[in-house]
Amino acid sequence: MDTDAIIPARYLNTSDPDVLASHCFEDADPDFASRVSAGDIVVGGKNFGCGSSREHAPIAIKAAGVSCVIASSFARIFYRNSFNMGLPIFESTDASRSIVTGDELEVKPSEGLIHNLTQGEKYTFEPFPPFMVDLIQEGGLIPYLLKEEA
Amino acid sequence: MPMTITEKILAAHTGRDSVHPGEIIMADVDLALGNDITAPIAINILRENGIEKVFDRNKIVLVPDHFTPNKDIASAEQCRQMREFAHDYDITHYFELGEMGIEHALLPEKGLVLPGDLVIGADSHTCTYGALGAFSMGVGSTDLAGAMISGKVWFKVPTAMKFVFTGELKPWVGGKDLILFTIGKIGVDGALYRSMEFTGDTIINLGMADRLAMCNMAIEAGAKNGIITPDTITEEYARQRASREYRFYDSDPEAGYDEIHEFDASAIELQVAFPHLPENTRPVGESGNVPIDQVVIGSCTNGRLEDLQQAAEVLKGRKISSGLRLIVIPATPLIYRQAMDEGLFDIFLDAGAVISTPTCGPCLGGHMGVLADGERAVATTNRNFVGAHGPSRERGLSVGPRRGRSERGDWSHFLA
Repeated sequence: MDTDAIIPARYLNTSDPDVLASHCFEDADPDFASRVSAGDIVVGGKNFGCGSSREHAPIAIKAAGVSCVIASSFARIFYRNSFNMGLPIFESTDASRSIVTGDELEVKPSEGLIHNLTQGEKYTFEPFPPFMVDLIQEGGLIPYLLKEEA
Repeated sequence: MPMTITEKILAAHTGRDSVHPGEIIMADVDLALGNDITAPIAINILRENGIEKVFDRNKIVLVPDHFTPNKDIASAEQCRQMREFAHDYDITHYFELGEMGIEHALLPEKGLVLPGDLVIGADSHTCTYGALGAFSMGVGSTDLAGAMISGKVWFKVPTAMKFVFTGELKPWVGGKDLILFTIGKIGVDGALYRSMEFTGDTIINLGMADRLAMCNMAIEAGAKNGIITPDTITEEYARQRASREYRFYDSDPEAGYDEIHEFDASAIELQVAFPHLPENTRPVGESGNVPIDQVVIGSCTNGRLEDLQQAAEVLKGRKISSGLRLIVIPATPLIYRQAMDEGLFDIFLDAGAVISTPTCGPCLGGHMGVLADGERAVATTNRNFVGAHGPSRERGLSVGPRRGRSERGDWSHFLA
């Protein structure tokens, strides 16, 4: 799932989160924006978010109401963008492989655990390094840096 | 402790003797770059947080190159936002239309990026500058905002992969072919989170334009950065352009790599990446005949003078097929003028091409050559995802048949 599929370049003439959200995944899944509801979780495969550095991609996903993204692996710029701007993401190959559309999930970041309530399965992910936990707790990179500078 | 060139540059910018793969560091940046798509988000962050000064007005570069000359009102507003920011914050390196070129061609040309630098850019192809022996990587807009505020950026120190190319290249084969070949071998996530170091006698004999094209596409293998040890070619390139000191780093012989790949470069053919991933490469001879609608010669990957010279060599005295559209985009105003002075424009125009002002334009399906649904293109650009061209694409620039990646289909020989 590359960033062109998450938010096509033709919409990059704006950075308005709501406009971006309305075109989220438009070329990959044209109905996504109308189907998605608050709290939904997006589950992807490997190298999720590869391609351009556009932060419009995690912005669009977050503004669409998605609570977190789970994938087998993330492309590195998408990965850091998500932490920097506050979209929770989790890497789990088992989860990526097993979860199907419609499953009800519960994610426990501090325990490194994803619970699939529909299938009765549990998947684990590596806990985040302390720096990343700090970033998350401060609400992203900018609050973190401003606190450091202060 | 032995270190790679990447580790040495990161350590030097962290004020330490050494860094280790896997650790997270805060490093000082020598340059932070943004464009008309990514900078507005960063600018909003500064303005919304009431930040009235950047960490160093000389170390920020703003280049409105993606949707310029302004393609529509919304794009014009984003460019105005950048222009006003550059004015309000007294940014030294803001490039208005006329001086503006495609960022990753422009910055090396202007001597803004130099060997040993640590550069971040809110553009994925920022990894281009590894060709100069700098550490450079693409980041997002929040990282750019963070760097503009603090002069720092966080990194996880990457592990490294070494790629050793030996032997003399076949005619027309260049840096783009080497990197496409490599991505074809390891895949689009083959270097995920890692550093790609390109070495071997083939690389030592490679000119700067080819090196820039190679490092430019490290991101298409998922890498954090691509890098080439600086040498006499680097020195010659940097010396002519630098207005400050620079430093050469190299990897220790005992430095650790988690993978080493050795390729006989003399056996590598011209490469084409087919839809819809840069890893779908094949030698041009195995491409078959696929009808195409458009060819684009340009971009931060292959819009340099050397690329235009190659294209002109192929096109000289010939005309493109009826029904084909050929768009040539010199990457910077200097390249534009050089190509014009050398008579390349006559060759392109006689062949039936149009020549655009510098812009990323069609490379991201932005403007100046967007495709209709189902159309196919061959391009010298870097990505061929679905929709990347409007619909998609990639490289070109070689003999008779050219390579390239395309949008929603395939590619083909584009000469009559």
